[in-house]
Amino acid sequence: MEKRPTFYEEVTSDGVPRRDFLKFCTAMAALLGLESSGIGQIVKALETKPRLPVIWFHFQECTCCSESFIRSSHPAVADIVLNKISLDYQETLMAASGFQAEAAYKAVMEKFPGEYIVMVEGSIPTEDEAFCCIGGRSALQILEEAVKNAKAVVAWGNCASAGCVQAASPNPTGAKPVHKVISGKPVINVQGCPPIADVMVGVVVHLLTFDRIPQLDALNRPKSFYSRRVHDTCYRRANFDAGLFVESFDDEGAKRGYCLYKMGCKGPVTYNSCGIIKWNDSTSYPIQSGHGCIGCSEAGFWDNGPFYQHLPSVAGFGIETTADKIGIGLGVLTAAGIAGHAIVTNVRKHKEIANEPESGSSSDNT
Amino acid sequence: MRSRTIPMREVHVWELPVRVYHWVNALCVVALCITGYIIGKPLAFMKGTEAYYNYWFGTVRFVHFVAAFLFFFNFVFRIYWGFAGNEFARWYNFIPLKRSQWKEIMDVIKVDILQLTHKRIDSIGHNALASLIYFITFLIFLLQCLTGFGMYSAMSKAFLPKLFAWVVPLLGGDMQARQLHHILMWGFIVFALVHVYLVFYHDYIERRGVTSSMIGGWKFIEEDVVERHDLQEESQKS
Repeated sequence: MEKRPTFYEEVTSDGVPRRDFLKFCTAMAALLGLESSGIGQIVKALETKPRLPVIWFHFQECTCCSESFIRSSHPAVADIVLNKISLDYQETLMAASGFQAEAAYKAVMEKFPGEYIVMVEGSIPTEDEAFCCIGGRSALQILEEAVKNAKAVVAWGNCASAGCVQAASPNPTGAKPVHKVISGKPVINVQGCPPIADVMVGVVVHLLTFDRIPQLDALNRPKSFYSRRVHDTCYRRANFDAGLFVESFDDEGAKRGYCLYKMGCKGPVTYNSCGIIKWNDSTSYPIQSGHGCIGCSEAGFWDNGPFYQHLPSVAGFGIETTADKIGIGLGVLTAAGIAGHAIVTNVRKHKEIANEPESGSSSDNT
Repeated sequence: MRSRTIPMREVHVWELPVRVYHWVNALCVVALCITGYIIGKPLAFMKGTEAYYNYWFGTVRFVHFVAAFLFFFNFVFRIYWGFAGNEFARWYNFIPLKRSQWKEIMDVIKVDILQLTHKRIDSIGHNALASLIYFITFLIFLLQCLTGFGMYSAMSKAFLPKLFAWVVPLLGGDMQARQLHHILMWGFIVFALVHVYLVFYHDYIERRGVTSSMIGGWKFIEEDVVERHDLQEESQKS
C-alpha cells in the first residue's frame, strides 16, 4: 500500500514554513486547554500521521458552518486548515461535480473503512425524505451508508446537533439532528449557529492528535469548548451581579456597557466559548458589540424566543405570552375564586349563627 | 353573648417536627418566590454607576440559593417524617389508595368547595382532598428542586448540586429547565393563596382551631369523632 504523506509533509510542501506550523500547533494546544507538553504531542501527531480522510455532507442547512470553518483565525492557519484534513468530499469546496463527486466519496469509503470521519452540516428530513435529496438519494440514505464504516461522526452546528431552525415549531420537514437518525457511532455535536471556527479546527486537531473523540458533555458537545456558560465568561458579568441592566438599546446603561440580561440575552442558559475565543480573529462577539446572546448553541433556541425577551413565550398562548403573564392571570382568577367562595361561605355562616341559641337559653330552642 | 355547648376534646395532631417543618417551609417558599421573581425580572433601578460599587443582584441570588438548600433539606426531612411521624403525618395520608379516601375527597368537594350540602367532614388531620393537594405540591417541590439544582450544578463544584447535573440535558437545555422552573413558581404562589384562604375558611366554619393548631399542635375535635377514631384504632390492633 502506498505510503500517504503526513500532514506535516503536505503543509510544508505547500510552502508553509515550520515556524507557522509550530505556531499553529501551539495555538491549538492552548485552544484545547492542554498543558505545554501537549504542544509536543500535537506536533508529533501532525508530523507522523497522514491527513484525516473526511467526507463532509451538506443537508438541510445554510452553509454557515463551512463559511465559519474557512475563516478560522490564526495567521496562515486558514490554509493549513483547508489542507490539513483531506476534504475528499465537500460539496461547497470541492472542484468535482456530478459523477466525479460521487466517485470521490465512494473512494474514501472503500479506501479507508473504519478510518474516515463523516462530518455533517444540516439536519435530516424524516417527514418525507424527499425534502432533501442529493444525486437522486435522500439525505438519510446517504448518511446511513456513509456512517456504516465511519470512525466517528462530527455534527457541525445547530442543524446537525439539534435541528436548528428547520426543526423549530412546526417543523414541516420533520427535521432531525444526526444523533437522532443514526446509531452505533460516536457523534460529536459541535454546537453553534455557526460554531466558532477555532472550535471546529480544535475538534479536528483533537481527533487527529489523540486518535479518539474528545471528552463530551451530556449533550455530546466537546467539554473543552462547551463546559461553561457564555454568562460565566462574559466580561459584562460584573454588571449582572451589581444589578446594572440595559433596558433599551439606546439608554445610558447600554452606553456604559451594562448587562444585557433584560434585553433577552441568553448567555445565562447557553454553553459556548464566545466570551473567551470570540470571533473573527478574536475581534469581538455578540455581547461585546452590544447585542444579547441568542443562545445559538442550545437545542430549541428558536422555540425559546423572542430573542429580545428574557422569558420565552409559552406555546399555545400566543406570541409574547410569558409564564409571568399566565401566572398573574392564574393568580387573579384564584383571587376571584377565593372572593366568591368567601361570600358564599359568609352567607351560609350568617344563617348558622342566626340559628345558634343565645347563651343561657334552654336547649329546647335548638 | 352567644356560646356553644358541643362536647369537644383536644387532640395532639401536629408534632413539633411537623410544625417546625411547616414554618421553615413557609419562610423558604416566601423567600424563594420573592427572590426568584426578582431574578427572573430584575428592576433596573440603578443608573450612572459602576459595577465595582454594587452587588445587590448577586446578594438576591445568594439568598435564593441559600433558601433553596434549606428548602431542600427541610423537604427531605419531611419525607423522612412521613415514615417516622404520627398517624397524621404518615405518607399514606397523602396518597389516596383507599376507597374511603376517594369518598372523602368527593364529600369535601361537595361540602367545602361547592357548598352544596352541610355535612361534617370527620378527618382529624388533613382531610383527604387537602392531603391529595399536598401530595401534588410535594411533586412540584420535587420538580422545583430538580430543575433548580440542575441549573445550579453548572456553576457549582459541590457534591449535592452535581447529583442533579443530569436534569438539564434530559429537558433539552438550560432554557427549558429555566422555563419550567419559572412556571412552577406560579404553582407555589397560587397554592399559597388558596392554602391561606382555606385555613381561614376551615377555622371559621369548623371552629376546630385549625390556624393555631400549626402553632401549638393541638386541635379541638368533636368528642364523638375522637371516640369513633379510638374504637377504630382498637379494632385494628386486636
